[in-house]
Amino acid sequence: MGILQHDIALAMKPLTILFENAHLIDPRNNREGRFHLLVVDGKVKAVFEPSEALSVPDDCLRLDLKGKWLVPGLIDMHVHLREPGAEYKETIVSGTRAAAAGGFTAVACMPNTQPVNDSRAVTTLINALAKDAGTRVYPVGCISKGAEGKELAEFGEMRQAGVVAVSDDGLPVADSQLFKRALEYAGNYDLLVISHAEEPSLSRGGCMNDGVISTRLGLRGIPAVAESIMVYRDLALAAYTGRPVHIAHVSTSESVELIRRAKAQGWPVTAETAPHYFTLTEDAVGQYNSNAKMNPPLRAEEDRQAIIKGLADGTLDVIATDHAPHSRLEKDREFDLAANGIIGLETSVPLTLSLVREGIIDPSGFVRLMSTNPARILKVPGGGLEPGSPADLTIIDPDVQYVFTAEKILSKSRNSPFIGMEMTGRAMLTMVGGAVTWNCFEGSELPG
Amino acid sequence: MGIEHTFRHKHILGLENLTEDDISLVIQTAESFREISNRSIKKVPTLRGRTVINLFFEPSTRTKLSFEIAAKRLSADTFSISKSTSSATKGETLVDTALNLEAMKPDIIIIRHSSSGAAQLLAKHLDASIINAGDGTHEHPSQGLLDLMTVKEKKGTIAGLTVAIIGDIAHSRVAHSDIIGFTKMGATVRVSGPATMMPRYLEQLGAQVCLSPREAVKGADVIMALRIQQERQLDPLIPSLREYAAFFGITEDILKLAKPDVIIMHPGPINRGVEMDPALADGSHSVILDQVTNGVAVRMALLYLLAGGD
Repeated sequence: MGILQHDIALAMKPLTILFENAHLIDPRNNREGRFHLLVVDGKVKAVFEPSEALSVPDDCLRLDLKGKWLVPGLIDMHVHLREPGAEYKETIVSGTRAAAAGGFTAVACMPNTQPVNDSRAVTTLINALAKDAGTRVYPVGCISKGAEGKELAEFGEMRQAGVVAVSDDGLPVADSQLFKRALEYAGNYDLLVISHAEEPSLSRGGCMNDGVISTRLGLRGIPAVAESIMVYRDLALAAYTGRPVHIAHVSTSESVELIRRAKAQGWPVTAETAPHYFTLTEDAVGQYNSNAKMNPPLRAEEDRQAIIKGLADGTLDVIATDHAPHSRLEKDREFDLAANGIIGLETSVPLTLSLVREGIIDPSGFVRLMSTNPARILKVPGGGLEPGSPADLTIIDPDVQYVFTAEKILSKSRNSPFIGMEMTGRAMLTMVGGAVTWNCFEGSELPG
Repeated sequence: MGIEHTFRHKHILGLENLTEDDISLVIQTAESFREISNRSIKKVPTLRGRTVINLFFEPSTRTKLSFEIAAKRLSADTFSISKSTSSATKGETLVDTALNLEAMKPDIIIIRHSSSGAAQLLAKHLDASIINAGDGTHEHPSQGLLDLMTVKEKKGTIAGLTVAIIGDIAHSRVAHSDIIGFTKMGATVRVSGPATMMPRYLEQLGAQVCLSPREAVKGADVIMALRIQQERQLDPLIPSLREYAAFFGITEDILKLAKPDVIIMHPGPINRGVEMDPALADGSHSVILDQVTNGVAVRMALLYLLAGGD
């Protein structure tokens, strides 16, 4: 019997445990190969080769990983946890338990809740609710008050309360002056500015990629240029202010090329994409499948190929899920009126592993995209397994095959286009600060 | 001529789903029904005991009445619900409204809705047969079929003809169904209108896009003028109706470029003086009212093909 630990809150006590014979992948510390890793008091105590003799505590648990991957805990820097305000879709607890099951040890949650997180009060509430979470939770605050795109929100107060970045995600900051000031003002508090790049006058009323399929289905299109125009504006303002910008959910070929050129010129830019943009195209909309509706929309095959190339050559730094839970109420309706977004926390690992199997990225690239880079960009702990660092880690079986079914979803919502798909690879065990937040090892000896 | 072909569809969602043989069968069936409307007692018992619901979420005079008359002439029991009388105004979702109607065991639900794909959504959730009477800017299959029937009636054939569609293509579900239907039946379809009203990917759907309406009309057998659908535009796509009428309206002058026996069609309602010269709508080339007459026959055929079995 596997011990399903997702019912156990993070508050459970950290273990003293020796992971034996791991295939450890830690690009920040230039390690990849067969290692043992010892966890004591919630921290990584030692990483050593199986041939080395090292005394371990008497009460130490042991788990022989038999070559399974052991990686720094995965970090999803773009999720929507819906709390406060839409708890019927997701809560901080349900969303982070889904995250733990997906192998994540930390998530950054976007501020488009109800009310939006544009203040110290809401940030504090999120942090209080996150005490029972299955991962570390890093709130993102709004760029503008009320996410209305008019005046800057109180970056300083939100920073004090614990936000790590600012974004009006879900909505673009249409006003270029305001976006420029956000980049400038964020510098005072060492906050990252995350851009939802979309030119709203070009995307208005659109509900899928502008193309042959939108024409055939009679759906108003969102052209790729609505994204790339704004990506260029954001890059130009980052260069002008000298302040870093992070481009969220990159979906088009032109955006990738713009970011590639900006990086070549040394502009301070980082960027993420989501698994659906390198896995699916607009074809997934089929006959009005609202689980293939998101913003930015699924694009054409050439865009998908460009995203893959951007991941391979480092133009894109991060894979983030843009986990966006919605209930049937928002999804089971007319396509143009259905809500944007899909859940993604529980499918990100297998979908990204497919890039490894196809030789597009190597295992250390997988770790960089899903752990090391998001930690570096958000300036949060994690991303590496140095002795002394918190024992945030993920154990992955890259070969296990299964079908992703609705019944097994831990998120409160089921809006995924991947339901029914065969998957290869998953997180077997997730550990945050030495405590087990997810464990699906059969017959595991770990306490339940 | 008879066609040996069985109609295998449960729903009529769009011409995209119908084969050339399906379309021929619908037209042939409609031709056989047309005579019923000319009798003094305009009723046959074919669909006696069947229940047909008209679920119209958008204003409609012609299409709704046409379906109602078609169903009644086949002796079906018909009921019509429009947006103002439906629970949609009380906040009920489309799927819930439809499930409640389904519980009353209708055989056919005819839906018109402002969202593309609304008919597909119903077909996914209900056991009843669904007929799409116009969904957003997607399709209007019964209109496409009656246009095909009218052209076949007037020209004897559809294959090899040149059809020019002029107007607001982007917002026209009629244009969409016509492009699919006419190209499927072997005609050449040219479209023209203000470029702001042309979807970018029309050529991949089989239509030839002409910037000049004169070029589109040249040598055409059929001219179809479309209404400017201001209610579907998020913001104005042309500066004025006056300029539209001057540069894209069908006039005697433009008509000279077409074949001498060209027919003029319009799905209605017409804005006289905008889409065409007021006199042309009533002139010898116009078959606009024949379209309306054939509309009843085509809708009788669709109801019969979906529910006339057993």
